[in-house]
Amino acid sequence: MGEWRATAASMEDPEISSISHVTMSPSRHNHVSLYSLPLSKSSYSVISAFCTEDNVPRCITYVNQELSSLGLSMCIEAGSPEGASLNAVPAINAMYELLQIHRQNMCTLEEMEEEQLKKLSTLEHMQTSNSRLKDQLELLMREKSGLHETERQLQLKIKTLQSCLKTEKEEVQKLQSIIASRASQYSHDAKRKEREASKLKERLSQLLVDRKEKKLAIDVLNCLGRSDGKRSLWRTAKLTASHESEMYKTLLGDYEANRKALLLENAELKKVLQQMKKEMMHILTPRQKSTSGASAGDSQQQVDSDEAKAGDTSREALDQSCELAREQLLNSIRQQWRKLRNHVEKLDQASQVQNQMESNKETIPLETHEDEMERMRQEVQQCREFIHAQQQLLRQQLNTSFDDETAALLNDCYTLEEKERLKEEWKLFEEQKRNFEKERNNFTEAAIRLGREKMAFEEDRAAWLKNQFLNITPFTDRRRCSSSDGQSALSIRSEPEIRMSSAKAKRSKSPTYTTFSTPKPSRSSTVPSTTELYRTLRILSDSSPISKLTLLHGSFTKTDQLGYHEKGGAAAPFRGEHKQSEGFAGSCGPAAVLLAECLAGSSAHWSVLQHQPFQAAESLLLLVNYTLH
Amino acid sequence: MNFSEVFKQSNQLCKVSPDGKYLATCVQYRLVVRDVSSLQILQLYTCLDQISHMEWSSDSLFILCAMYKRGLVQVWSLEQPDWHCKIDEGSIGLVSSRWSPDGRHILNTTEFHLRITVWSLCTKAVSYIKYPKACQKGIDFSRDGCYLALAERRDCKDYVSIFVCDDWHLLRHFETETQDLAGLEWSPNGCVLAVWDSCLEYKVLLYSLDGRLLSTYSAYEWSLGVKSVSWSPSSQFLAIGSYDEKVRILNHITWKKIVQFDHPAAIDNTKATVYKEVERRPAVVSEELSLHNITMVSTLFNTQSKYEICSLPVQIPVVKPDPDRANPKIGVSVLAFSSDSRYLATKNDNMATAVWVWDMQKMSLEALLEHTSAVRCFLWDPRRPRLALCTGNSKLYLWSPGGCVSVQVPVEGGFQVQSLNWHCSGDSVILLGKEQLCLCYMDTDQEENS
Repeated sequence: MGEWRATAASMEDPEISSISHVTMSPSRHNHVSLYSLPLSKSSYSVISAFCTEDNVPRCITYVNQELSSLGLSMCIEAGSPEGASLNAVPAINAMYELLQIHRQNMCTLEEMEEEQLKKLSTLEHMQTSNSRLKDQLELLMREKSGLHETERQLQLKIKTLQSCLKTEKEEVQKLQSIIASRASQYSHDAKRKEREASKLKERLSQLLVDRKEKKLAIDVLNCLGRSDGKRSLWRTAKLTASHESEMYKTLLGDYEANRKALLLENAELKKVLQQMKKEMMHILTPRQKSTSGASAGDSQQQVDSDEAKAGDTSREALDQSCELAREQLLNSIRQQWRKLRNHVEKLDQASQVQNQMESNKETIPLETHEDEMERMRQEVQQCREFIHAQQQLLRQQLNTSFDDETAALLNDCYTLEEKERLKEEWKLFEEQKRNFEKERNNFTEAAIRLGREKMAFEEDRAAWLKNQFLNITPFTDRRRCSSSDGQSALSIRSEPEIRMSSAKAKRSKSPTYTTFSTPKPSRSSTVPSTTELYRTLRILSDSSPISKLTLLHGSFTKTDQLGYHEKGGAAAPFRGEHKQSEGFAGSCGPAAVLLAECLAGSSAHWSVLQHQPFQAAESLLLLVNYTLH
Repeated sequence: MNFSEVFKQSNQLCKVSPDGKYLATCVQYRLVVRDVSSLQILQLYTCLDQISHMEWSSDSLFILCAMYKRGLVQVWSLEQPDWHCKIDEGSIGLVSSRWSPDGRHILNTTEFHLRITVWSLCTKAVSYIKYPKACQKGIDFSRDGCYLALAERRDCKDYVSIFVCDDWHLLRHFETETQDLAGLEWSPNGCVLAVWDSCLEYKVLLYSLDGRLLSTYSAYEWSLGVKSVSWSPSSQFLAIGSYDEKVRILNHITWKKIVQFDHPAAIDNTKATVYKEVERRPAVVSEELSLHNITMVSTLFNTQSKYEICSLPVQIPVVKPDPDRANPKIGVSVLAFSSDSRYLATKNDNMATAVWVWDMQKMSLEALLEHTSAVRCFLWDPRRPRLALCTGNSKLYLWSPGGCVSVQVPVEGGFQVQSLNWHCSGDSVILLGKEQLCLCYMDTDQEENS
């Protein structure tokens, strides 16, 4: 671009002086600015100036044209027809616009430059990275070529090695053939030599015999008798026959002995086999009896009987010890062995399954759990008594045995032992205590909740009283509605199986309490709904207040247990409600029931409270007192 | 353990009579017979030349003295000192002489194994057996003394002849399937004859008494084969030691390999006890050295040693054999079963310092005895499972299942035990030095108690 610009400038150089051209290429601006700079330094010259007094209109038109070409609608108007002066406002506006444009251009220029710089830098970066990559590429190429080279070399080596191997193999073959030929040659030579040697020996012995050496002699003072004392026999056919028979006799004896040994061994092995078989049967049969009942193993039983038959036959056959019997025995043993193996495998699998099962269900049946708990409790009680007795005894002993040291020493041992035992028991006791503590906490919580509920109830009562006051005359329908609600709620609770879970029921409780647990005002009032309520309450309390309360006690003490009590159906709702009350802080189910019970049979409740010796009981007491008032 | 005084002997010729009453020793050309219990000289015989071989007859009545150089054999009677017998083989020469089992015949092998001459002392009769084969063990009497098996070579083929020793009647004669028969040995019950090929081929053949081939065994081909063969006293096992440093045990029913005992140089996994002889040199005081008392010095230089139980792993020194020389010193050359067939002792030639004791019931290595020098000789007690060894130094080594002990022979002047012989009762051992001998009495009761 720059170059192009430069050439354009050089081409239009001569036209610069005459500023006659009106429509010029936009590049002209540059020239103007370029040339105007040096010109502006010099004094204002007429010739070089753009606008003179003569060509003002022309200039104006030119400027206008230029402006319009630039997209500016405004045009400079001549102030006078002669055009000597300019109309200042549009000119200035135009100028302003131009300046604006100029500034904008400058801005964009700057941006462009910046961008270009950025581009340049990125370009540079690219170039460097490019060059780096090129370098890398070159390096890799070099490496590749190097690897190629090594590969080629290795291939070459392999080839040479292969050829070497081939030659070696050939060599080996050659050597082998050489060895073989040499061996044959050697054996041949050896045979030849041996023959020669034997010939020589023959010749030598012949010669020696021929010479009839006198030296070859035996010189014995007197002949000896045979070692066995017999006389030597003549060589006869009989003798040779006897030798033969002797030999066979010895051989026979040997075989006989061998046979006996084998028989003995066989018998032993048979015995072992028999025993093994018996044991196998023994192992296999009772198992199947036991499993057949459980897992309907008809086929198994059948197989069992089959096998038993086979076993019998094999046992009979064992004594025969013939080919067939052996086969049978072997078969039966094999069969049994297979079964045993299967059984063992099955057992393995079963044990695995059982393990899994055990890991799955570690829950203990409820009754046993309960029984266990009962037993434990008794034990704890016993232990506590025991400890107490021991402590007393110890104290006594300590007091008595202070005077003589030996006794003390002796006692020390006892006491140490005792201490150990006590410590253990103490630990147990501690644990138990902790459990109790937990229970107590639960109870206190319940009691606190009760207290809260009582407060709510108080408030309710106040509200109800207020209501009573206010609604003493006209609004009967509303009361009826509330009372019916209460009835329904009570009836629901009176049914043991159903747990109170619906929000509606809960909501309905509070009015019921208000109705029945504020005794004096409600009694004085003659509203039918309350009397009805009372009746229902009476019915409820008449049914079985004592048992329920005792059961309530049970449920409270056993809060840590998760099992569901099945002793009495009546216990269930209490537990349920208790749980519910834990779940919903706002609800006051148990308190309500408790209160109901209190109203019904206070003596029974007292008995309950005596069993709860802690703070919760106190709070309950207060509560009960309050309600009894 | 007690030691007798030292007696002279030559050529290590010293033998106890089969009945265990007499001890015969050769000193140059004299034969001395002593009472074993008192060690007093009972008889003294003078031979014509230096004795090269001496042997008791089976009835302990006669002693054979062979002088191979002169081709002479002289026989002496213990009961009749005046009685004498001289057998002259003449110019044909003599290389070996032995009693027949009945003690009334002498079998002489002539030079070049031309023949075996059987001389009868009863009838002065002489008979020849031709073509005996010159080999490792070409002649063997069965244990009951009834039969003689003899290897023969005719027309470049191996044959075995079985003779009845009673009257030298040829009972069987059969060709064997061997390239070059190297040896034969009767089983202790006398019913099976083991025949093995030369070391060029691993081949063991088992023949019945009546010449039937019972079985053939070959462990491998091409490389050097059998080096030694031994029957267990019960005839139940046949142990084959070979050049591949292994012992293979064959059973007597199927004649197949039961087990194979390797002799590895590095032992790192075994239940066996490894005994290693450890030497301790006593401190030598220079003053004593300056005394120039030779016997003193020699006793002083006698190193003390004892066995120590090595913890595994154990590395046994191995001598690599020279491949260019014949009869390479490698492989199991000696096999010996204990008298009760319970243990097998072996020696691998390229680990000459070690003796391996194998338990034949467990079929595993029982003990390994490593010594400071090469083992010369080892022999089992004929009555008990007890192994006596010597390594050419002044010590006697004993192994029993209970343990291992080395005993210094308390003889002045240094007694180097070259070989040993058990007395047939197992109560004493005859230790043979280069020129001397001495008896070592075992305290039998103590041994048994401990």
